[in-house]
Amino acid sequence: MRRLADLYERLDQTTSTNAKVEALARYFQEAPPEDAAWALYFLTGQKLKRLLTTKLLVGWTQELTHIPDWLFAEVYASVGDLAEVISLLLDNLERPSAPEELPLSQWLTQRLLPLRELDATAQREQVVSWWRAMPRREVFLLNKMLTGELRVGVSSTLVVRALAKVAGLPAPDVAHRLMGTWTPSKEFFQQLVSPEVSDAEHSRPYPFYLASPLEQPPESLGDLSEWLVEWKWDGIRGQLLHRKGDVYLWSRGEELITDRFPEITEAAKALPEGTVLDGEVLAYEDCKPLPFARLQRRIGRQKLTPRVLAEAPAAFIAYDLLEQDGQDLRALPLRERRERLAALLKHHPTLPLSPAVEASSWEALAHTRSEARERNVEGFMLKRLSSPYLTGRKRGDWWKWKIDPFTVDAVLLYAHPGHGRRSSLYTDYTFAVWNGTDLLPVTKAYSGLTDEEIGRLDRWIRAHTREKFGPVRSVEPEQVFELHFEGIQKSPRHKSGVALRFPRIARWRTDKKPQDADSLDSLKELLHASA
Amino acid sequence: MDASVSFQARRPLITVTPHGLYCEPGGFHIDPWRPVERALITHAHGDHARTGHQRYLGTRAGEALLRRRVGADSHIDALEYGEPLKLNDVTVSFHPAGHVLGSAQLRIEHRGEVWVISGDYKRAADPTCAPFEVVRCHTFITEATFGLPIFRWDDTREVAEDILRWWDANRAAGRAAVLFCYALGKAQRILAELARLTDRTAFVHGAVQGLVEVYRDAGVKMIPTQLVSEVAKGTSFAGALVLAPPSAGGSTWMRRFGEAETGFASGWMRVRGNRRRRGFDRGFVLSDHADWSELLRTVADTGAERVLTTHGSAEPLARYLREQGVDASPLATQFEGEAED
Ligand SMILES: [Zn+2]
Ligand SMILES: [Zn+2]
Repeated sequence: MRRLADLYERLDQTTSTNAKVEALARYFQEAPPEDAAWALYFLTGQKLKRLLTTKLLVGWTQELTHIPDWLFAEVYASVGDLAEVISLLLDNLERPSAPEELPLSQWLTQRLLPLRELDATAQREQVVSWWRAMPRREVFLLNKMLTGELRVGVSSTLVVRALAKVAGLPAPDVAHRLMGTWTPSKEFFQQLVSPEVSDAEHSRPYPFYLASPLEQPPESLGDLSEWLVEWKWDGIRGQLLHRKGDVYLWSRGEELITDRFPEITEAAKALPEGTVLDGEVLAYEDCKPLPFARLQRRIGRQKLTPRVLAEAPAAFIAYDLLEQDGQDLRALPLRERRERLAALLKHHPTLPLSPAVEASSWEALAHTRSEARERNVEGFMLKRLSSPYLTGRKRGDWWKWKIDPFTVDAVLLYAHPGHGRRSSLYTDYTFAVWNGTDLLPVTKAYSGLTDEEIGRLDRWIRAHTREKFGPVRSVEPEQVFELHFEGIQKSPRHKSGVALRFPRIARWRTDKKPQDADSLDSLKELLHASA
Repeated sequence: MDASVSFQARRPLITVTPHGLYCEPGGFHIDPWRPVERALITHAHGDHARTGHQRYLGTRAGEALLRRRVGADSHIDALEYGEPLKLNDVTVSFHPAGHVLGSAQLRIEHRGEVWVISGDYKRAADPTCAPFEVVRCHTFITEATFGLPIFRWDDTREVAEDILRWWDANRAAGRAAVLFCYALGKAQRILAELARLTDRTAFVHGAVQGLVEVYRDAGVKMIPTQLVSEVAKGTSFAGALVLAPPSAGGSTWMRRFGEAETGFASGWMRVRGNRRRRGFDRGFVLSDHADWSELLRTVADTGAERVLTTHGSAEPLARYLREQGVDASPLATQFEGEAED
């Protein structure tokens, strides 16, 4: 357990990706395989089926520390993490100076898993005796395991990288070996890092070819007829593989997301074996993409219930054909790959082809670009028809031509507390622009600030509160923020008469004074541009 | 104390006015936040010692810091710890609070009734200041910056060893270790604690160095310090320990250190989320305020029959004390509870 606590601490104490991979790799190398298997189980986000209710843990803590309900609620609100609150409160108990040590796998198999068989009295006796014998940071981890909340805060990509390093294997092979259900055991971990590779081979995607942002005028790209123009869909770039009877869906981050999208997996099974498509995973309904937020919400869900699937049905929009009949096509010109792709997908209506956007000139295309917002797309992809499918971000043949967001400088007027873990912080804000000499609220925005900025702003808000209305505070109108948004509409429901679409905070303009903020009139001028 | 119940019926000796805590029979304010004629000051931190008062009274040990804080031209009188002074109808005296150099609790006696205003205080040993002295009283006005049971401080020496280990690890990796801390009190305490373990030189921000000199003048033993700004341009800070106030973080001032890890020494670092939110690599739990158990112990030690709480967690501490049978209530003040401490 101590080794895991060390690893947790090291991961927690660095923001550097390399240092995290280092720490993980060192752990996997040094830990006995049966312990490493369990660590991996938690690191990849898997949970023990709940062993105890959190209510029991809270009750036992209160009994041991004589903390009344209201005070427990008070400290919980200020810490925001139950396992941490309990470990902090229990720190007031006497501890042995030399705590006992038990390897992680034994903790799991001999102590935690058998808890399920016990009644509440026996559970209490066990857990309390552990609490009394462990150092605080291990109490914290134990609580996290007991409540099924142990998340270590490293992405599975990093875990895979570390394992690949230890095993001396390509990351996609390791990722594949980690797919599906597995039991954390010595045997499993040893197989995972064994050099034998053939089983992973056919799951491997091709490295993605990435477009560069277009910074020059599009006319400089030459004749429009030499280019394929597609909408730039706002989803998850992915590769869909059907090989040897298995389907794999990889995200650009080399994450296997097959299980997250059963409808796409189903559609891909109908493709001939030996096919690899490049495309975009979108929330998609009635032949139209839905806003990215819908897809995001679905990704956030742990369980794919029928309701979740119905709320955000997903589709894979195909851009390119990288492999056909087991043949690597990447060296062929896009024109030919695209023809083959169109011919192939004709028979697979559940795998739509990303349509080409037709325009007579660059100028006409620029005009069409303004429809992008209405279509929930981010702009255009421009691909040279003669281009092979390259690797990485190579400039010249593939460009993304994005629409710029609208911007407004607005003044912070109200602050609202956040939810859940952030409930002790002011994280939701209402912004205003000038209407004559008054500041008129125009929009709320939540996202866009870093944690550090949120903390700083939170302290500023507390120190500059004018009035409190329940949980909401009005603040001195001093702070200016640059907001980005995707559209603006007339709205009789809003006092300002306008409503912004997808407002988010682009930056905290500490260089600006409130009088530098925009006016409602200038915002209303955008109504035409947006329509 | 064998206090008589009749005190309850009298006007309270100290009241909260728009200018701050006020003692009417004595004709003075305590740590007032708006300009007044006569201010009694517990210690030189910004939320207690403000500029603009006509006359100041503080401790001898804290005089130099107070003068730095409120201006050399200010009219400042000083008392030794324990030295009584009669002001109108009351007798006042300062007693060590163990918070920072020269910090004091203020004892006020009026016709046999004794009030003590704690100022900010801690019970843990601190090589930079006189240790907290228990003063028996009828009414105790206590700070409650960390008045929640999650706050509990580890042994200061262990924390100092942690800091040194962190410095050494960064040294080995060729990085600077930039440790943010409150410039008055915390920085000097760290330098003094480190002096037990090493005699290497630490670099300090300008805001820290001036105060370090005051502490050195007072005879506090600390490791050697050098001003960051006095280092020749282009000199590498690899392997250095740098002490700076939190306000220096993220600024262009940081750039000169090249590859660096950041740490923050504060009681708030007890909660993991506070560190993560502010983006520090390391948090060292080190506070100049009393933790939960120290607050409870001190309330008991004073023998006070009535407790008034200020700062931070004034409400929960008062409520908890009430439930333990102590007559306690929060006092609305403008002390900020030292957000950086
Ligand atoms: Zn203070
Ligand atoms: Zn204070």
